Amino acid sequence: MRQSVRHSQAAAPRDCVMCLGVPGKIVEVYREHDLLMGRVDFGGVLKRICLEYVPDIAVGEYALVHVGFALTRLDEAEANRVFALLAEAGELDEVREGTDALP
Amino acid sequence: MRFLDEYRDPAAVGRLITAIRAAVTRPWVLMEVCGGQTHSIVRHGIDELLPPEVTLVHGPGCPVCVTPLELIDRAVAVASRPDVIFCSFGDMLRVPGSGRDLFAVKAAGGDVRVVYSPLDCLRLAEQNPGKTVVFFAVGFETTAPANAMAVKQAKQRGLTNFAVLVSHVLVPPAMEAILSSAANRVQGFLAAGHVCTVMGTAEYGPLAERFRVPIVVTGFEPVDLLEGVLQCVEMLEAGRSGVENAYRRAVQAVGNPHARTVVEDVFEVTDRKWRGIGTIPRSGLRLRAEYAAFDAETRFAVAGLAAEESTLCLSGLVLQGLKKPHECPAFGRECTPQTPLGATMVSSEGACAAYYHYGRRKGVAG
Repeated sequence: MRQSVRHSQAAAPRDCVMCLGVPGKIVEVYREHDLLMGRVDFGGVLKRICLEYVPDIAVGEYALVHVGFALTRLDEAEANRVFALLAEAGELDEVREGTDALP
Repeated sequence: MRFLDEYRDPAAVGRLITAIRAAVTRPWVLMEVCGGQTHSIVRHGIDELLPPEVTLVHGPGCPVCVTPLELIDRAVAVASRPDVIFCSFGDMLRVPGSGRDLFAVKAAGGDVRVVYSPLDCLRLAEQNPGKTVVFFAVGFETTAPANAMAVKQAKQRGLTNFAVLVSHVLVPPAMEAILSSAANRVQGFLAAGHVCTVMGTAEYGPLAERFRVPIVVTGFEPVDLLEGVLQCVEMLEAGRSGVENAYRRAVQAVGNPHARTVVEDVFEVTDRKWRGIGTIPRSGLRLRAEYAAFDAETRFAVAGLAAEESTLCLSGLVLQGLKKPHECPAFGRECTPQTPLGATMVSSEGACAAYYHYGRRKGVAG
């Protein structure tokens, strides 16, 4: 997959913090100022995140985090489903290709 | 981790491209609504992988882009006060106002700070009782829950030295404005997935029905985007309108009711001006009367500040999917990321800035 092609002289664009939620893993849950908070691991970087909007989330689960707030629990089964479907399609392609290749 | 890396897998991308090629029989114009999606599409060259029948046009979903010039001027005016600590998400600091930007205010000695979470402002307010901490509350439905919670908490904690400069906008009214335009050419939407994590999908049903368009909730990674395009093309080819969800690992139909409750407690719907587009009825949020004490516009009397936009800039047409960035005569000449004339060149998420950064100066990948 092609990454950036040609950069201008300006600094490379960053992802907008307001648009893009970042997936993180909940490593600790605690209360502060009467708010449900958590320590969340973003690929090795730990941040303090408000968990008020995902009150049922548990340590070890993943959430999508926007500007310091977890907004949704990420569904691992759904995350895997797309790739199961694509793998299935790939296997079918191979069967088809194999059939075409027969003399 | 099955939430990010696999969604950039070239083999999966290839299979989806093949499926889209097989599904398409005639030209279709799709709009991705969110600036984050535009950025991902241009960065990964997804639009160039698609069959020529499928045209992606870029929507108005960039909060930095659509914040009106006069709001930037109001932010600069408030941030310049010696009795204020002005806090913002980093993206807003480089946005030029009529005169200068927030970085220039900071360079001139103003106390301007970048925060990660709006809750950080409350701690600052508690630590600095002699100053008023003002937070620039911008964004779409994805930042509204965080900003609303900061205001609600400030009231609960009895903080009187905290205020917000609000410029919140909402996605569905902008989609309605685009579809209602006589010049509209958008035939299907890739709806902004992260907005739907909060709001759910219910708002899109009436739009899809009224305008007979498919609306597919779509994520941000290459595989997510191509899944969205495939579902949208399949619906168009079959003559189906309606709402489908191609981002089910993050979006449930009900959205996040906990977040919506707090947003509705603190904010109410109001008319908002969109930079490059103009005023769209009931397209934004403002503080409810119960929280009026936290309104920085009234506290610092800056609501009257007005500003004039460049007459060269075509960003309004770009934001409505009527023009591509490189079709603007000012693109890359008078208008660059260093000297932006309008909304879509201002933010790195803006369609014009994305085209500029990734070498799409003549509409051809470099």
